[in-house]
Amino acid sequence: MAEIVARAPATRPWFSVVTLLRLAIVLFALGTWQLMAVSGLFYRGVVPSLPAIGTALTKLLSTGAFYWNLGVTAQEIAIGLAIGGLCGVVAGLVVGGNRFIAQAFEPYLYYLSPTPKIVFFPVMIMWFGVGGGSKIAMGAVSCFFPIALSVAAGMRLIDPVLIRVGTSFRANPWQMTTKIYLPAMRHPIVNGLRLGLGVALIGTLLAETKLSNQGLGFLVIQAYNSFNMPLLDAILVVLFVLAIGVNALVARFAHLDDIKPM
Amino acid sequence: MSTVRLNAPRALPAVVGLGSGVLFLVAIEILVRVGAINRFIVPLPSEVIGSLARVVTEEDIPRRLAQTAWECLAASLLLTAFGIALGALMHRVPLIRRACETWVAAFASAPLVLAYPLFLVLFGRSTLTIIMLAFLSGLPPVILKTVEGLAATRRVLINVGRSFKLTPAQQFWKILFPSALPSIFVGIRLGMIFALINVVAVEFLINFGGLGQLINELAERYDLPGTYAAICFVVLVSIVFFIVTERAERWLRS
Repeated sequence: MAEIVARAPATRPWFSVVTLLRLAIVLFALGTWQLMAVSGLFYRGVVPSLPAIGTALTKLLSTGAFYWNLGVTAQEIAIGLAIGGLCGVVAGLVVGGNRFIAQAFEPYLYYLSPTPKIVFFPVMIMWFGVGGGSKIAMGAVSCFFPIALSVAAGMRLIDPVLIRVGTSFRANPWQMTTKIYLPAMRHPIVNGLRLGLGVALIGTLLAETKLSNQGLGFLVIQAYNSFNMPLLDAILVVLFVLAIGVNALVARFAHLDDIKPM
Repeated sequence: MSTVRLNAPRALPAVVGLGSGVLFLVAIEILVRVGAINRFIVPLPSEVIGSLARVVTEEDIPRRLAQTAWECLAASLLLTAFGIALGALMHRVPLIRRACETWVAAFASAPLVLAYPLFLVLFGRSTLTIIMLAFLSGLPPVILKTVEGLAATRRVLINVGRSFKLTPAQQFWKILFPSALPSIFVGIRLGMIFALINVVAVEFLINFGGLGQLINELAERYDLPGTYAAICFVVLVSIVFFIVTERAERWLRS
């Protein structure tokens, strides 16, 4: 009986060696920061203490202004992603669906993709003004390239049988797109959107830090200009948690097992 | 003659691609000249092309290029040294790998460049701020690709090392490291591209340094053709950098 009990599947402990190590690393990092804060090695206020950052974080999260600015940034990113994503999907479908067009234009997409997009910001200001339009444009330009390249690559991986089924049913280009290409490419499209979301977020927020009067990027630069270091650190913590969290969520969504051949 | 005829179909897509670009610029030129597009928002493409030479000669391009290149090089050296060392450590101690690999991947998706005001406070408005941000932004791919490369070493190679009774250090330098080099090169190249993107971005944002600052300065002077020309120049430099690193990686892998 004792043997049976011993062999029964043991409940997994809520902590493991890996969890303990992670906890130790986090505590070490926080301890190092706190030591830096109280060491006097830096100018006063440059490295604020953990309690000061915690207080600033609590204050930040309990003010309506933060959520309003978060809403502004989220809206800009969402519109930028929608515009850049739509253009990227269309460009990807066109480039991926035709070998000649791919040979003619894909090198430009490929080589322009890793260029620093923030350098286009002065042009975006001239075209769309200093308001939200230029930030949306930055988000759209940033996410267009990874989405277009991802969709074009995905298009080439579609099972030829599916395409033959579509052509044998004499589907027109619109039906081919909506009934064959898009459903068969959900994975690369969602993956492209995940990559696009990451760069759209960076593009929009950087543009906000450069020239803006609203949004989370504006809050960051306002905290810097007023030398409110605890608030600056608190906003950065929130931004990193949000960015990593959203990325992880979309990544999980992108690997859903419900994506099966039609 | 026959060679030309044979190569013609191959060259056709490239000609169409390039021709479309030229046609687009001609269309913009006409639209700006007839007043359909405001020339105070979009300058004449011919003016932009003309400004390219002016920007190169008058805006101290060699110094700016050298500064951006130096910042990229310093960040690349740092991310190569630290990335490979951390990757090797994570491979050597599986517990650290299990604990930290997902963190490194998450770190890669974090918008680190947004912390530039924090770096400005810590390191001042200096080259060090730019180098540190570029280094940290390019670090995750080097770590991840080093771990991936080391973990993918063929079992038979490791067994050969063991049969020769190699010490752990010899095993690493003579077996694991050479076997992982192709993957490490991929990581270093990705890291260098991230470094360049972040160097130019931070230069532009803090108005300090090389090519990024050039765009900011010209935009603040409202030198419209100059701004467009400088953007084209920076994009061109990025593309050349991308192609050179791509070729170098291919050469090293072969």
